[in-house]
Amino acid sequence: MNNIQYVAPQSIDEAVAAMAAANGTGRVLAGGTDLLIQMRAGVVSPGIIVDVKKIVEMTTIDETSGGYRIGAAVSGAVIGEHARLKKAWPGVVEAINLIGSKQIQGRASAGGNLCNASPAADSVPALVAAGAIVTVQGPKGRRDVPVEKIHAGPGRTTLQPGEIVVSFTLPARPAGSSDAYLRLIPRTEMDIAVVGCGVSLTIQNGTCTAARVGLGAVAPTVLLVEDAAKALAGSRLDDKALEAAAAACRAACKPINDKRGTIAYRTKIAGVLLKRAAGIAAERAGRK
Amino acid sequence: MSSQPYKWIGTRPNRPDGADKVTGRARFGADFNMPGQLIGKVLRSPHAHAVIRSIDTSAAEALPGVKAVVTAKDFPEQPNVIVPTGEMQVNLRDVTRNIMAREKALYEGHAVAAVAATTEAIAREALSLIRVEYEVLPHVIDVEEAMRDDAPVLHDHLRTEGVKPEPQKASNIAKRMENIKGDVAAGFKQAEIVIERSFTTQPVHQGYIEPHATLASAAEDGQVQIWSTTQGHFQVRGFCSRLLNIETSQIRVTPSEIGGGFGGKTVVYLEPVAVRLSQKTGKPVKMVMSREEVFRASGPAPGGSVKVKIGARRDGRIVAAECTIALQAGAFPGSPIGPACWTSFACYDIDNIQVIGYDVVSNRPKVAAYRAPGAPISAWGVESALDILAQELGMDPIDLRLKNAAKKGTKTSYGPTFDTIGFVETLEAAKNSAHYKSPVKPGYTRGVAAGFWFNVGADSSAAAHVAEDGTVTVISGNPDIGGSRASLALMAAEELGVDYEKVRPVIADTSSIGFNFVTGGSRVTFATGLAVVNAVKDMIRELKGRAAKTWGVDPEAVVWENGMARPAGSNVGEFDPLSLAQLAASAGKTGGPINGHAQLNVQGAGPGFGVHVVDLAVDRDTGIVTIDRYTAAQDVGTAIHPSYVEGQLQGGVVQGIGWALNEEYIYNSKGKLDNPGFLDYRMPVASDLPMIETILVEVANPSHPYGVRGVGEVPIVPPLATVGNAIARATGVRMTDLPMSPPKLSAALDAATPRMAAE
Ligand SMILES: Cc1cc2nc3c(=O)[nH]c(=O)nc-3n(C[C@H](O)[C@H](O)[C@H](O)COP(=O)(O)OP(=O)(O)OC[C@H]3O[C@@H](n4cnc5c(N)ncnc54)[C@H](O)[C@@H]3O)c2cc1C
Repeated sequence: MNNIQYVAPQSIDEAVAAMAAANGTGRVLAGGTDLLIQMRAGVVSPGIIVDVKKIVEMTTIDETSGGYRIGAAVSGAVIGEHARLKKAWPGVVEAINLIGSKQIQGRASAGGNLCNASPAADSVPALVAAGAIVTVQGPKGRRDVPVEKIHAGPGRTTLQPGEIVVSFTLPARPAGSSDAYLRLIPRTEMDIAVVGCGVSLTIQNGTCTAARVGLGAVAPTVLLVEDAAKALAGSRLDDKALEAAAAACRAACKPINDKRGTIAYRTKIAGVLLKRAAGIAAERAGRK
Repeated sequence: MSSQPYKWIGTRPNRPDGADKVTGRARFGADFNMPGQLIGKVLRSPHAHAVIRSIDTSAAEALPGVKAVVTAKDFPEQPNVIVPTGEMQVNLRDVTRNIMAREKALYEGHAVAAVAATTEAIAREALSLIRVEYEVLPHVIDVEEAMRDDAPVLHDHLRTEGVKPEPQKASNIAKRMENIKGDVAAGFKQAEIVIERSFTTQPVHQGYIEPHATLASAAEDGQVQIWSTTQGHFQVRGFCSRLLNIETSQIRVTPSEIGGGFGGKTVVYLEPVAVRLSQKTGKPVKMVMSREEVFRASGPAPGGSVKVKIGARRDGRIVAAECTIALQAGAFPGSPIGPACWTSFACYDIDNIQVIGYDVVSNRPKVAAYRAPGAPISAWGVESALDILAQELGMDPIDLRLKNAAKKGTKTSYGPTFDTIGFVETLEAAKNSAHYKSPVKPGYTRGVAAGFWFNVGADSSAAAHVAEDGTVTVISGNPDIGGSRASLALMAAEELGVDYEKVRPVIADTSSIGFNFVTGGSRVTFATGLAVVNAVKDMIRELKGRAAKTWGVDPEAVVWENGMARPAGSNVGEFDPLSLAQLAASAGKTGGPINGHAQLNVQGAGPGFGVHVVDLAVDRDTGIVTIDRYTAAQDVGTAIHPSYVEGQLQGGVVQGIGWALNEEYIYNSKGKLDNPGFLDYRMPVASDLPMIETILVEVANPSHPYGVRGVGEVPIVPPLATVGNAIARATGVRMTDLPMSPPKLSAALDAATPRMAAE
């Protein structure tokens, strides 16, 4: 193993500068629950580690005119303790809180979960369903990107060299809205999603007026399933609409056979989870 | 519960090793270090089956910091002889090839070279500089495929043992065996109902938390010291002696605390390599496996296939039973096919039995023992078939087993006739349990199965010393893997009539106590316990002699009661009793130190039976199984320390449930293991399971002074079928291949109910 440098800047500008100076050998460290393991396994060997946990903007949660801004490096445990956020976005929070165990929750961040770019990352389908906007800063300045545009493939993102994810913004939304995230794992914890499904919806007078669906672990990237959203929106979430949305989820799947599940199984479960997650989100949204 | 008026036996004091273990003071295999030590690392085959054409170690040897490189050339060739290790037999010719591949690499992960270097980073770099030229061969993993005529042959010299005429052609079937009782053909003619099914299981790993680790130091004068995490330091000594041609007494092995073994630490992988590297470098060499290495290269349990046929009368009486079992031995012959065959119908009193077994090599690591080796696999088949029989007869599954239960006097298919056993009592305990009597909750279903294990005796030595202040040290030579120190101390305290706290049990290294067979076969509390009891008896004899000398009477005129020497009767004379402390204080005047010793080859291990009950729910959409309640009843002889007996039952059940539901080695098309870690090798996590309830049925073993039976292995035998039987009753779908993982169960449910698939 060669020598590794470590810096812990206080500001995003310094962090971006450190990344730029590293000439492609820099790695952002948030919780380290992916990075350190990959380093131990010899998968990555950074020249410099840029720890972002000292940067206030990246480690705090703010309310912004009805919405929320979540620093990319806020740990799952801190997010889980934010009562108002949890009430507004129970699906996003439960997805982040599903990551790992108590110990992992003390470290793991949504930013790390997104940037590690696993198709099975638990928080991402929920953030996709939530319509989260990602603020990114790099050598060329800041930009805002819909979260579903970040993943490029397993382990790959659309982030430009030296870019750092600063925060997630969850939009304000009308009363009667809620969300839910479900994943399937063979055990009850400490496992990787075979399928993950996030559903966010708004219900007014018993009718679903808006919906978004995110699906994880069924394709090289986390998917925004617009056809499933279309099947739900305008319906009263009756069996027929749910089945149409489940069918859209199944149709969107491009899974692989691997040690965690077969193509047939993943495809089937995508539909099962859609129905269940939509049901939970609808309950939370106050469906009568 | 036991009616014996014991003072200590049956109580639950803290274990002597407990404080060290919960505070982190205990030293495990990787915690041993010596000044100037080197780090050893193993280069492993990336191929499942390949001829090793050449190995060029020159570049690695030239790397600064590298002190030695070894390959098979550094280990002498071994004869084709079989030696026992724990519950398994191993062939020395094969063992030396397993620790370091010779002609061929026989599985992915097979060691082909090892280096010792000043740092781990240098050792790793050195591995990458070793050039091995392989000729990759077709490989075979699955046991049925390995048995086919056109399968790639692993060993050109291997001829199937046990078939006549002796085969001329090499085969992967190392051995065929059979055990027969009565006449099955005649038996099946009396049958009014016949159940016939085939079952399969995937290979699993013991999953011990602590990876293999060792530190070896070979001195210039030829003496060798080894520290190792092992279930048998005497076996480590024996193997190193044989494999390296070192006189046995020159080797001293000290066992570390052990973080699980379950049978997998009864063999050697690193120790002979570390010793050889130490001999070559003149420095201590430390070697620790990574988790990945543990999965790829250390003792898994076999996968296998079991074909079962059971014939019964309508009243439930079984009249004939047949089964054929084939087990993967891994790269070298020696699966636990014997115990798999012998245990298959051991629970039942059946007149006509035929069992045929095949030991089959394939391109996997050589299997090692795993709790009741072989028995869970045959029980998976037999106990599932019995459940089908119970369903077809409309009989309660416990009643069916009661109707056919083995008892004292039942002759087994493999020879022995049972002495006092507790299967009937255990079935009744399960039937009368709060769990079995409770109504099954809506949405849940109940499953039942049974299991058997022989348990083992064998060689043990022990010593007991009285210290100057009258406190006692009990010395034995078996690594404490499940609370045995506490059990040995309890028996010594009981025998001696002193406080448990006054007895300190220690585990001696190979040079400080006589030979002890491995910690395995559920033997330590039974066999080493007997050695301890006898050593204490020997010490009591000495103590009585000292009292006699003090009083000037015959030793026969002294009795030992409640930790004191007393005159045997009033005719002996009026003497105040002498306590252990008093006798210790005057020892210098009465003959010097007071010690006791015992060594024996222990016979009469009492077999054990388990009956398990589960309530579970199946999510029909996802195939996920949720276990709500689980009870394990077992005849445990006498529960010396009930908490540790319960712990054995609970641990066995949890491992069995993992085997049933999720655990499996997943190989890719190239024969490489795809899940060498605990993330994708899915053992249960704590939140998966409820507290496992236990019922200890105490049917004393007549061959032990305190009635001890082994308890550690039986509990892993029933869970596979217990879970499978409940799933079958919940869904109407009988799973015949393990694990019953969500994707597999879901696919089976969909196949059976077209509704889902049509979606
Ligand atoms: C035992 C265990 C269990 C786990 N269970 C789960 C689980 O259930 N579900 C799940 O989805 N994951 C799981 N994981 C994976 C991991 O915990 C998550 O992906 C976690 O969210 C990663 O966050 P982190 O802050 O630790 O990331 P880090 O390890 O710090 O970073 C991950 C990657 O993202 C990059 N990165 C981090 N932050 C930024 C940023 N702000 N901008 C740009 N790049 C960045 C890093 O350079 C690195 O490449 C588990 C891991 C472990 C060890």
